[in-house]
Amino acid sequence: MIYHDSKVLLEVRGLRATVNGIEILKGIDLTVRSGEVHAIMGTNGSGKSTLAKVLAGHDAYEVTGGSVLFQGSNLLDLAPEERARAGVFLAFQYPIEIPGVANSHFLRLAYNTLQAQRGEEELDPLEFEDFVREKMKLLEMNPDFLDRGVNEGFSGGEKKRNEILQMALLEPRLAILDETDSGLDIDALRIVTKGVNQLASQDNAIVLVTHYQRMLNYIEPDFVHVMRAGRIIKTGGKELALDLEMRGYDWVGVEHRAAVEA
Amino acid sequence: MSVAAGSKYLESLLQGRPRMPSSPLGWLNELRAEAVDRLGALKLPTTRDEEWRFTDISPLANLSLQPARAGSSSLQASDIAYLHLDEAAIRLVFVDGSFAPHLSLLPGPTENSQGAMIGNLPIVLSRQGESVEKHLAKQVEFRNNLFAALNTAFLHDGALVVARRNTAIENPVHLLFITTQAETANHPRCLVIAEQGSAITVVEDYVALQEGVCVTNAVTEIFLADNSEVNHVRVQRDSAEAFHIANCAVSVGRSSRYRTTSVAMGGRISRYDLNVLLAAEGAECAVDGLALIGGRQLADTHTCIDHARANGTSRQLHKCIVDGAAHAVFNGKIVVRPNAQRTDSSQSSRNLLLNPRARVDTKPQLEIFADDVKCAHGATVGQLDHEELFYLKSRGLAEATARNLLTYAFGAEIIERIRIASLKHRLEEMVLEQTRKN
Repeated sequence: MIYHDSKVLLEVRGLRATVNGIEILKGIDLTVRSGEVHAIMGTNGSGKSTLAKVLAGHDAYEVTGGSVLFQGSNLLDLAPEERARAGVFLAFQYPIEIPGVANSHFLRLAYNTLQAQRGEEELDPLEFEDFVREKMKLLEMNPDFLDRGVNEGFSGGEKKRNEILQMALLEPRLAILDETDSGLDIDALRIVTKGVNQLASQDNAIVLVTHYQRMLNYIEPDFVHVMRAGRIIKTGGKELALDLEMRGYDWVGVEHRAAVEA
Repeated sequence: MSVAAGSKYLESLLQGRPRMPSSPLGWLNELRAEAVDRLGALKLPTTRDEEWRFTDISPLANLSLQPARAGSSSLQASDIAYLHLDEAAIRLVFVDGSFAPHLSLLPGPTENSQGAMIGNLPIVLSRQGESVEKHLAKQVEFRNNLFAALNTAFLHDGALVVARRNTAIENPVHLLFITTQAETANHPRCLVIAEQGSAITVVEDYVALQEGVCVTNAVTEIFLADNSEVNHVRVQRDSAEAFHIANCAVSVGRSSRYRTTSVAMGGRISRYDLNVLLAAEGAECAVDGLALIGGRQLADTHTCIDHARANGTSRQLHKCIVDGAAHAVFNGKIVVRPNAQRTDSSQSSRNLLLNPRARVDTKPQLEIFADDVKCAHGATVGQLDHEELFYLKSRGLAEATARNLLTYAFGAEIIERIRIASLKHRLEEMVLEQTRKN
């Protein structure tokens, strides 16, 4: 939702990044304000997942130019854990399985780390159990998932629900959802997106990175950006996503080249 | 640098031998005498011996040690309450090698007559000598193994656990060996006999309550008669300066199942030799191990699983977590003898190096003489997974916390196989503590 006079959360200017010496992001500009939902769309290899990981601080990517301000501070100066504590959250496209670490233990550690950061009360295992079970209802998750290893043997849909559960626990200011719709059947998609919608508020913002329009049927974006070859080449409203769904991505590129050449 | 058995170490130990009380049992005195005899012929192994090539125990030769003084400890029951296992209804405690009845939890007379016979060796021997004679020092190769010979030469106190025919002993039996005196050597001994159709769980637990140099030289023998089951947990948390040498020999009877989990955390130099003989058809074993070391520790595990008869099954997972400049060694031999057709065996060695100076030597060794067998084995050496670390950090966890958690998780796979909740929980805490310390 676009709110009048809402604060800028994220300001990306001319962001360039490389992986193994190959430039993937070639100058990204993006401004996200509180309350907004942005969709970043594009074909495979356009750089949209790279953008998500660079914002979360993955060290496989080297930032070679530009700036990123988060709530006015330089995000690029922060380690990944500091970004998380500052309120940036990345829902992974491929959530990592960690056998041997109980999901409940992991979730509580993460939750308490953020509570401590916010100067709020940490929860002991019993208190947390009650708290997390409530949150799990939102995502129609079976409490059995607490006792299993982190994402261990979870189906694709279960992993994505576990990601959004983490989002619900950590209450980030900026949530970046990287292809959260991939691998979801229609029921799981409905549940996951319902969860995201309930978490969206005037005080936070959501950036959806997605290949397809279908998630946007459930989470309505305020802005749709099209990425190609490491740049955002077109920005529009939610109707742009429908255009892309019908016409594919090629026409945006053609239009962009024409505009650049003109 | 071959060291003759007449070295300072052995001399100083054997000088203490006259203080050993002689047994009223002739065969036991003969056994000890034979072991002393063998000591004269055996040499302290050096790194030129294939079985010891990574483990240099020459510092041991230069130690001037005494056998621990018996009965000089002032340990009270309350001092060691934190070491108790909630589930154990029977606990035998040995302090510096000597049985400590006041710290132990002994079975009542009815339990001993019906389902089990559990107690200190000399006491049980005085009553039921013959049944023990058949098994004592019969499985471990003390004639060709200096440390087993030394232990046998000092054979006196020890844990004897017999599960009677067709009896399942529900609660684990806790065998707790505590060292309190530095500069001493002690020789723990365990004998576990599972009679036909019985089932028992035994926890062998080595703890140091002193920080100094000391030598633990343990021997354990386990016999599984037909259709029996033994769950054997071994925990080694000796002092950081200790030498911990242990030999365990197991014989598994027809359709019997031996399961073991060993965890090694302590010791400056530790060496565990486990030999499991699948002696009859349909015998089965599951052998899991975890070595968690740092600093300048060395932990060496040598196992041999010997499939002597057909239709045997063995499964083994050994893990090492190595930090600092520590060095872990795993040598896992699987033998499948000509008669052992339709053997099903798998072995996996997985290793985690937490420091560029840490080192692991892992060697699976298969010797297969039968043609209709299934044997799988593999070894991996790696570091903490970068993507897993990033995932945890992206949720706000500090680098150190994330590393600890992943290290812990690596070890947890072994610890989770222990079926004693309180011990499992304690080991989990200890692993977390140790990874934090590292």
